[in-house]
Amino acid sequence: MNDFRLMKGNEALAEAAISAGCRAYFGYPITPQSEILEYLTDEGRRRGMIVLQAESEVAAINMIYGAAGAGARVMTSSSSPGISLMQEGLSYIASAELPCLVVNVNRGGPGLGTIQPAQGDYFQATKGGGHGDYHLIVLAPSSVQEMAEFVYDGFDLADRYRNPVMILADGALGQMMEKVEFPEYRVEDHVPPKPWATVGKPPERPANIITSLHIQPEKMEQINLRLQEKYRVIESREVRYEAIHTDDAEYLIVAYGLVARIAHKAVEVARAEGIRVGLIRPITLYPFPSGPIRSIAKKVAGVLTVEMNAGQMVEDVRLAVNGKAPVSFYGRMGGVIPAPEEIVRELKTLAAAHPHAQPAETY
Amino acid sequence: MGQDVVDAALEQMECVYARPDTLTDTRFHYCPGCGHSVVHRVIMEVVQEAGIREQTIGVAPVGCSVFAYNYMDVDMQEAAHGRASAVATGIKRVLPDRFVFSYQGDGDLAAIGTAETIHTCNRGENILMVFVNNAIYGMTGGQMAPTTLLGMKTSTSPAGRTVETAGFPLKITEMVAMLPGTYYVTRQSVHTPNAVRQLKKAITKSFQYQKERKGTCFIEVVSNCPSGWKMTPVQSNAWLVENMFPLYPPGDIKAPK
Ligand SMILES: Cc1ncc(C[n+]2csc(CCOP(=O)(O)OP(=O)(O)O)c2C)c(N)n1
Ligand code: SF4
Repeated sequence: MNDFRLMKGNEALAEAAISAGCRAYFGYPITPQSEILEYLTDEGRRRGMIVLQAESEVAAINMIYGAAGAGARVMTSSSSPGISLMQEGLSYIASAELPCLVVNVNRGGPGLGTIQPAQGDYFQATKGGGHGDYHLIVLAPSSVQEMAEFVYDGFDLADRYRNPVMILADGALGQMMEKVEFPEYRVEDHVPPKPWATVGKPPERPANIITSLHIQPEKMEQINLRLQEKYRVIESREVRYEAIHTDDAEYLIVAYGLVARIAHKAVEVARAEGIRVGLIRPITLYPFPSGPIRSIAKKVAGVLTVEMNAGQMVEDVRLAVNGKAPVSFYGRMGGVIPAPEEIVRELKTLAAAHPHAQPAETY
Repeated sequence: MGQDVVDAALEQMECVYARPDTLTDTRFHYCPGCGHSVVHRVIMEVVQEAGIREQTIGVAPVGCSVFAYNYMDVDMQEAAHGRASAVATGIKRVLPDRFVFSYQGDGDLAAIGTAETIHTCNRGENILMVFVNNAIYGMTGGQMAPTTLLGMKTSTSPAGRTVETAGFPLKITEMVAMLPGTYYVTRQSVHTPNAVRQLKKAITKSFQYQKERKGTCFIEVVSNCPSGWKMTPVQSNAWLVENMFPLYPPGDIKAPK
């Protein structure tokens, strides 16, 4: 029987990392996620975790590369500007297929921006972010409970696919306090053997080499094809989303993270006023739940995407909907959080422009 | 003479020189006369003789020696340009009983990776950092390095390096020697057989210190780049003695008593 604890999102995430068997953490302070480094330095070290405050995010992500390559379950965390600095390393990690967990507690940008919550890093997180063709698996929590839960999931996915996994959480989720319950998790049952790791070469096997360098174009293409094949498997197996009131929906809202919670509230308000609206909350931002969105979009008169950015996920929504319904967008930026009333207002605008009776072909 | 005669004759002979098992049977891709291959060999000889192959992990970042793992037959990681010592830190922290070394060029260690170099040494990470200083960017075709000498011609200092445009050659080895985290800091070379022997001693000591968890060991190897310098190997070794040694004198900079 597990107890509920009242915790900040960042602390819940850090606590989950300890109990998920994270062996080492390398990070650099940045608001709004420094509590992760602080919590792990204190509680993590006490419980045997290796915790190192690196000289920069560049160093931190390369320490992750080394430690993951040596077979350890490892994690780093940062916020937007720091995550930008990690992009070269993430590209190497994805190419060398090293499992690790990277947390981005997204703040407002561009530039130094603001320390307030935002979702402006969606493109960077889901489209690769660094150079070359690769993907992180991206999980988007929308509660403190999920800040914790997705850590276990994230490590498991990273190990299963030998792929870096990112938890992309807007800053509010890191800072707010909610009750959280930690699942039973036996680390031994979850960490697979890593025969490819560089731990010192015994006589019976060839030397293990961790590299992302393949000078011959044909070889590099083969590596790329293998990665792409892996991404197709991930896309077919690992899509996660939450659907609320979509069965009878005449309109659909798509939102993730904190915004999905606000949108949920907006859905309740709109339904009380007689607008039949549903919500899809992508949980995996990559792989994106295109299939579920497409099948619901076929039945509705319009789709509204709400984000705390200038319109990033909406591009994936449009690709998924593929012209089957009009897609509109509402966003707040710079750390401003949209209110439920704003979303209801946008929904009404969409509904007025596209009453439900209208056949889809006209769009 | 038949093969059996040769084999019989070989059996009578004493083996005085052989490729250590820790080096693969692969021809080096380095230019003729390049110091990299000698440094590779010496490190691997020490790993073999110390019997630590099963505990050794190497890190080679971008630079001419990025393919070190094709030759060094130990577990290895290739690192991003400049990040070898951060990668080595990550390995060593999770495998503290292993022997970890990095192998970096001057561009890697003293330009793009300066922050990692300084902080790895300042933390006193228990690793060996091998720093091959050939005063030029070999891999990318002979551009100016942080260690390029004043007046030295490279493709990005065609009239010779000047202080006005490029500042001074960086003596990073002296800098890391000042840090309390480093235990053993030495400057060696591979231009003569005797120099090679000295380097071998330095590497052997460094692995011993690593075992004793003394802190960072840092070995600069003043080396050559015949291609980038546009010289024959023999000329390059003479040039190295005449021009590199005055600024980068061989010998221990910080050695335990
Ligand atoms: C981020 C990044 N910038 C630039 C390069 C291109 N690059 C590859 S090797 C190198 C310099 C290598 O010089 P050095 O470290 O002195 O090693 P050498 O080749 O001389 O042995 C550069 C600039 C790169 N691979 N990555
Ligand atoms: S370019 Fe210079 S450093 Fe590189 S292999 Fe050739 S001689 Fe050696």
